[in-house]
Amino acid sequence: MNLVESIGSRVIDHLSYVGGLTMQLWAGLRASPRVWPIGGKRGRWRTAISQMATVGVDALPTVAVMSLCAGFILAMQAGAELRRFGALQYVMDTVAIGFTRELGPLLTAFVVGGRSGSAFSAEIGTMVVTSEIDALRTMAVDPNEFVLAPKFVATIITVPCLTVMSNAFGMLAGWGFMFISSKTTLPMFLRYCAESIELRDVFTGVLKSLVFATIIVNVGCMEGFRTRGGPDAVGRSATSAVVKSTFLIILADVFFTAIFYLTKKD
Amino acid sequence: MADPIISVKDLTVVYGSHSVLDGVNLDIERGEVMVLLGGSGSGKTTMLRHIIGLERPTSGTVRVRGIDVNACSAEELKTIRRTMGVAFQESALFNSMTLEENVQVPLFELTKLADPIIEIMTYMKLAAVGLGESAKLSPRELSGGMKKRAAVARAIAVDPEILVFDEPSAGLDPIVAAGLDELILFLKRAFQISMLVVTHELSSAFRIADRIAMLYQGSLIAVDSKESFQASKNARIRQFLDRVPDSIGHSAVVQNHFRELAGLTGAKT
Repeated sequence: MNLVESIGSRVIDHLSYVGGLTMQLWAGLRASPRVWPIGGKRGRWRTAISQMATVGVDALPTVAVMSLCAGFILAMQAGAELRRFGALQYVMDTVAIGFTRELGPLLTAFVVGGRSGSAFSAEIGTMVVTSEIDALRTMAVDPNEFVLAPKFVATIITVPCLTVMSNAFGMLAGWGFMFISSKTTLPMFLRYCAESIELRDVFTGVLKSLVFATIIVNVGCMEGFRTRGGPDAVGRSATSAVVKSTFLIILADVFFTAIFYLTKKD
Repeated sequence: MADPIISVKDLTVVYGSHSVLDGVNLDIERGEVMVLLGGSGSGKTTMLRHIIGLERPTSGTVRVRGIDVNACSAEELKTIRRTMGVAFQESALFNSMTLEENVQVPLFELTKLADPIIEIMTYMKLAAVGLGESAKLSPRELSGGMKKRAAVARAIAVDPEILVFDEPSAGLDPIVAAGLDELILFLKRAFQISMLVVTHELSSAFRIADRIAMLYQGSLIAVDSKESFQASKNARIRQFLDRVPDSIGHSAVVQNHFRELAGLTGAKT
């Protein structure tokens, strides 16, 4: 195979993967109404609630600790430079804007991608290799509706919620730094934050987190559905889910940040 | 004579350059137990997966109740699948659910029955396979034989017209395997279900079969009543029935490989 053929083959593979993701996203969207508590299928909402607990509630301690640490690190790094210009109070702006626009959605996506994206892939991959997915098909049950849709709805709902929590914990860490370094009180810190954050920042952050959630659940589930072979294939799928979702999250982040940057009016 | 409930015509399956099924024809009549025999790698499971519509053939047709499973609409395929129960070789029970919940999946998904009715039906199906007292157990807590019976309970949950078994006795001790044979016969008597049983267990095949079909290297070499099958003079069938091993050392491929290993180039085929 010559170089051109090799490149062409890889491009086709990647396009096919993106096509598969798009089709699965459509399948997930179509199946989602069957999960809602009103007008949905029996038992689906209960499954979705259980998934929300796993994806959201169980991930909260990790998200909280990571956000606190990242917020404190950001505050220290910014403080070290801003102190030289006598502008220590701008640490609060840096942390508040940095978290709502960028760090909150990104940190949350990495935590959920690492925890739940890999878990989705491993769970569905195991169902594939033990013929459970085949069993669903032979029962005339759509695996997208039975397996994908509750995970889809749960992730779409919980990731933005976790992102808001991550923003809060990040800013709390920023206040911790400011309290230690300049005895800034919490009400004063909150007032500074409220002045520095625009509603648009919160909105774009939550919008990003929705996109990241879609990537995590789609990549995780697709890697699971594409599992072929035995237990080793399940492990490979889980690894692949984390690597691919992290890569796609960064790509989507660049894309959306560029759009928000270009459309921002001063 | 009534139309066969399952009709396979010229079924050909080729993966790459490897032919797995080569123009297979098979009719399964209503109410009969058809056993599909064959050695490992003969194409039994591939044929079963095509009959239940999990894979598309290279060519040929599979008709279930007169409908071509590869050329029908999604709704028609759903209707066919609702009339067909499948018990997989590895049981394929949902490990995250209890036995009771496993049986309830098709009832909740495919029917609009009220919850108390579903609970009664679940218990009836589990009791029919002798697992009435194990409803709350998870698949991890079951023995191999219990898992197989649980898979049967789930397969018969919505009263199918056709039951398909993939290697029901594989990995079971003779007593448990015999119990499963009796269960298959009981289901046939009680519910008048047409059955396709894929197996390589001879004793099981002769106990449950009305007719036996045998696959050899992707082709059907016999479709007969069990009495005629047992009396067959076909060399391959006799080898299978008399448990005569293949002489693997005489295989042309093996001979060639030995020659290559010995450095004898220009090996003859």
